[in-house]
Parts: sequence; C-alpha cells; structure tokens
Amino acid sequence: MKLSAIIANTGEWLSGSGPHDQIVVSSRVRLARNLKGKPFPGWAKKAERVAVLDEIRGAVIQLPEMKEAFSEKLEDLSPLEKQVLMERHLISREHAAKGAGSAVVMNTAQTLSFMINEEDHLRMQAIRAGLQLDEVFAMINQADGELEESLDFAFHNELGYLTACPTNVGTGMRASAMLHLPGLVMSEQVNKIINSVNKIGLAVRGLHGEGSEAMGNLFQVSNQTTLGEAEEEIIGRLNKVIFQILEHEQNARQILLQQRAETLLDQIGRAYGILCHAHSITSKEALNLLSFIKMGVDLGLFPGGYRLQVDELFIETQPAHLQKGLQATKLGSEERDSLRAALIRTKLKKMPEPEIGKIPTTPPIVQSPTSEES
Amino acid sequence: MFCDVCKSKEATVFLTQIVEGKMQKVNLCEGCSKEKGVNDPTGFALADLLLGLGAAQEIEKNPLGIRCSVCGFSQTDFKKTGRLGCSACYDAFAEGLSGMLKNMHRGLIHTGKVPARLALALSRARELAALQQGLEKAILEEKFEDAAGLRDKIRLLESEEGKESKSGESNLSGGEPDLLDGPNRLSLVQTEDVPPNPGKKS
Repeated sequence: MKLSAIIANTGEWLSGSGPHDQIVVSSRVRLARNLKGKPFPGWAKKAERVAVLDEIRGAVIQLPEMKEAFSEKLEDLSPLEKQVLMERHLISREHAAKGAGSAVVMNTAQTLSFMINEEDHLRMQAIRAGLQLDEVFAMINQADGELEESLDFAFHNELGYLTACPTNVGTGMRASAMLHLPGLVMSEQVNKIINSVNKIGLAVRGLHGEGSEAMGNLFQVSNQTTLGEAEEEIIGRLNKVIFQILEHEQNARQILLQQRAETLLDQIGRAYGILCHAHSITSKEALNLLSFIKMGVDLGLFPGGYRLQVDELFIETQPAHLQKGLQATKLGSEERDSLRAALIRTKLKKMPEPEIGKIPTTPPIVQSPTSEES
Repeated sequence: MFCDVCKSKEATVFLTQIVEGKMQKVNLCEGCSKEKGVNDPTGFALADLLLGLGAAQEIEKNPLGIRCSVCGFSQTDFKKTGRLGCSACYDAFAEGLSGMLKNMHRGLIHTGKVPARLALALSRARELAALQQGLEKAILEEKFEDAAGLRDKIRLLESEEGKESKSGESNLSGGEPDLLDGPNRLSLVQTEDVPPNPGKKS
C-alpha cells in the first residue's frame, strides 16, 4: 500500500462520525511499550535500533487488523510526507524528526498507527471521531494483547510498563480528546477551564500536543499521570472532565446567542467574508476563521451538508497538505499563503452566506408573526 | 570580557554560586550558556560546569554520577535528556527516581494492565502465598489432615510452575541476556514512608 493512496483519502477520525462530534473532534489513546533487555531508542546504537525495528515491525504487520497496512521506514519518507502524517496526527512531531532505524505502520482507515523507535520502542495509537475513548482504548488494548504474544515487553511488578521517560511509566498510556471550544474562547472562560483541569492532574495542550499553540480554538485534553491508576480509571476520569467541558461549551454558546448575538454573527460573517475573498492567508489565520465557520455550521447558520467540507479544510490548509499534490517543488511561505487562500475560495464557493435569520437576536420568548415576512 | 568556555565571544551571562561557603564565578557567552543548560537554574550546578571544563575523569569518580551497569547511562545524561537509557536504569537510579515519580504520578504502584504471560505467574504467586499461610496455620492448630491437603496443593502448583517456566525458556532462546533477572528483582519503592495512594484529591 502506497502512502499517496492512503493520504488521498481523509482518515476515518475526520470524515467519520461519533458521539458529540460537533465539539469533540477526535478521541485518541496511545500506549508506550519497550522490548525487554534492549536500550531505549534515544540511547541505543543504530544497529540496535534497526534490530528492534525489524522485530517489532515483523510482529505488527502480522496483526489481523493490519492486513492492508502501510508500512515505511522514516528514512524512506520525504520531509513533506512526514509532515502530512504529522498534520493528520498519525505520527508525533518527535517521530517526524526521526530518520534511520525508525518506522511507521498504519491501517488504511488511519485509525491505528504504530510508531517504531520513537521515544520508546513502540508507540501505538488508535484514533476515532467524536468522544469514544472507551472504544479507542479497546482497539489499542486488543492490538497490545496480540502483540505481547510474540513480543516480550519490559514490565516491572511494581512500576508496570517501563518507558524511556518516567512520566509515562506504569500504564504507558496517554488518552486524549481534541476539543473545539470557540464558545469558551469568545466568552473568555477558557483559561479558567484550563486552570481547573490542570489542577486535577489532566493536561490541556494546543493542536499538536506538547508545547504547541492553540490554534483554531482547538484544545487537546489528556491525562498527565500514568502510574497508580488502572487504564479504565484514567479514562473514566478523563471522560467525566470532557463531559463537563462539553456542557460548559454548550452553555457558553447559548449565552453568546442570547446576550451577544450581534458579536457572534459579526465574527461568523467576517470569517465567511475573509475566507471567501482572501488571496493570501496564513495557516493560523485560516484555522482561526474556519473555527467560526465550524461553529456557524453547528449553530445551523449554514446547511448541514457543508460540515465535512469545513472539517477537511482544517487539515487541507496545513502547510504540508497544501503541497502534497506538487511534490517536485517546495513552496515558500508566501506561495503557500496564496495557494491556501485559493483552495479555501474554491471549497467555500458553493457554500451559501450564513443565514442570519436563523439566530434569534432577542431571547425567543414570543415570536412575532411579522418577523418571517421580512 | 570573554566567555570562559569558548574564549572567543563576549560574555553576557554571569553566574555566581556559593557552594559550601566558597564563592564560584563563571562568565559565559549566550551560545555556551544555552549549550550548558544554564537557562534552567534548578537543574544546573556550577560545580558540574566547572568540573566539565577541565576534568572529565572527575565526574567518573563523583559519587553523584551513578551509572547504569547494564547500558552505561549516567545520572548526568538523565539530567540532560530527561530520558533513561534502558529498563534497568529504573533499578540503577531507583533512589533518585522514587521521589521524582512520587511528584509526577498518583501513586507508586502500577495497578493497571499486566501482560498475560506475567498475569498468570503473578496470580499463581499470590495463590501460593495464600496456601502457604493456610498450611502454617493448620500446623499451628494441629489440623494435620488439612495441612496434608494444603501441602499437596502447593506441590502441584509448584510442579506446574516448573514445567511452564521450562517451556517458556525454550521459546525465548537465542536472545540477549535479560536486563532484569525477573520482575521480582527490583524493589524501587521504599514502602516505609509512602502511603498506598498519595494521589491528589480532586
């Protein structure tokens, strides 16, 4: 299976649907594992890394769920291809920087991916649309169970699964959900939420995980601790918190609709205007404006049929995705900005203007009969 | 004033540290200060830097610079990268790590998933311990018939275990020597001052 064939299709986590997928973009669980008796990738010599790679890759491609898998060594991928995988959250930023001795294996649905010799010998993840942490954990847990029949993972009776970084020891699990929170950002409540989530041992991060900026009002919530709790307990705690954030976001949107409808409409209308007419746009600006369009779709201001198109633009406007069709030349940032603007104009061309009448500008207590005529 | 490390660029970072009553000073340029990790005042000791300038062998002798006997990773490497060298490092640096893990996590004992092949051994070990306890109790109470029954059960369990560990070894033949002699060898947790679950209450 060729990479180009895989990336021609949008992954299931983006195009598929799941519970609460208007606000919870995706759910992801990754497990970190290491082979017993082998130095961790960061300390291993190249020959040792290659041996580990061969052993793990051999086992992974034997898995029944990886029958039609894409499997490639990172040294054989171009920088652009690596970045495309990173923008789709199929490999980490750290893994994209790796070369000889590392590899990636993923299924065609792009729901399962295995990073070999990232920070640990094996980082495997399952990702799906909407809020379904229990389901993605079940998927990756099954793969882990099948792999341990042929691979001997480093395990300690007290500390659990041993990992290169002590922050991952124990379950080796990081469960996370990507949340779209424009309502909380607009009503300036998001920092309060982030602080309270941090206090209970969960982390809130930007679009691409650790150290990345929050763009497009997208936030990643994940567990910080991995030792002292079972996998199910961690996920249960995370689920509870996500449900609360979900509720806060829905409330924030309702309050904005009732009290600041004019501002909300202005933001969505401006976003639509700029995106439809801009000839040069950075990816950051594009994401921030697309976020308003996405909220507009959620609020019913645009016909529902445009949801996927808007969601796809979040990924398609990322630097590497823009260039994936034209691999011969590497574009400069100015060229990318105009290419991005052109792509957005084309995609939004058929999308109608936001239907302002659908938003009640005053609290909907009594509907005046004449309002429908105007 | 020139940088003490590269001796070519202008020094812009001036450090003073008092170690055991003696004042130590070092002047660095921006590039060298970054390279030495000076921007992180908590993880940085002037003494390490000064030692590093002239006497690499000193670090070897330094009792603070413990090395993992299996992979050769040093505590200094760990400070620098925040990552360990191999699974045996958890044993080599156990003392320093347990404090760190305590701050990092919700407990010090893994309560989650156990690999299937170890799960059997773990549950068997627990069963064996329970039987042994019962046996001792039976002997104390002079219930010799019960004791005989328990002894037979223990023998049976032990003989099953012996058979399986032999076949397990033959499956794993040809590998490199294990870093860990077995999951039971390491004891990282100093239980005396650690509550069973020091998790933060939410």
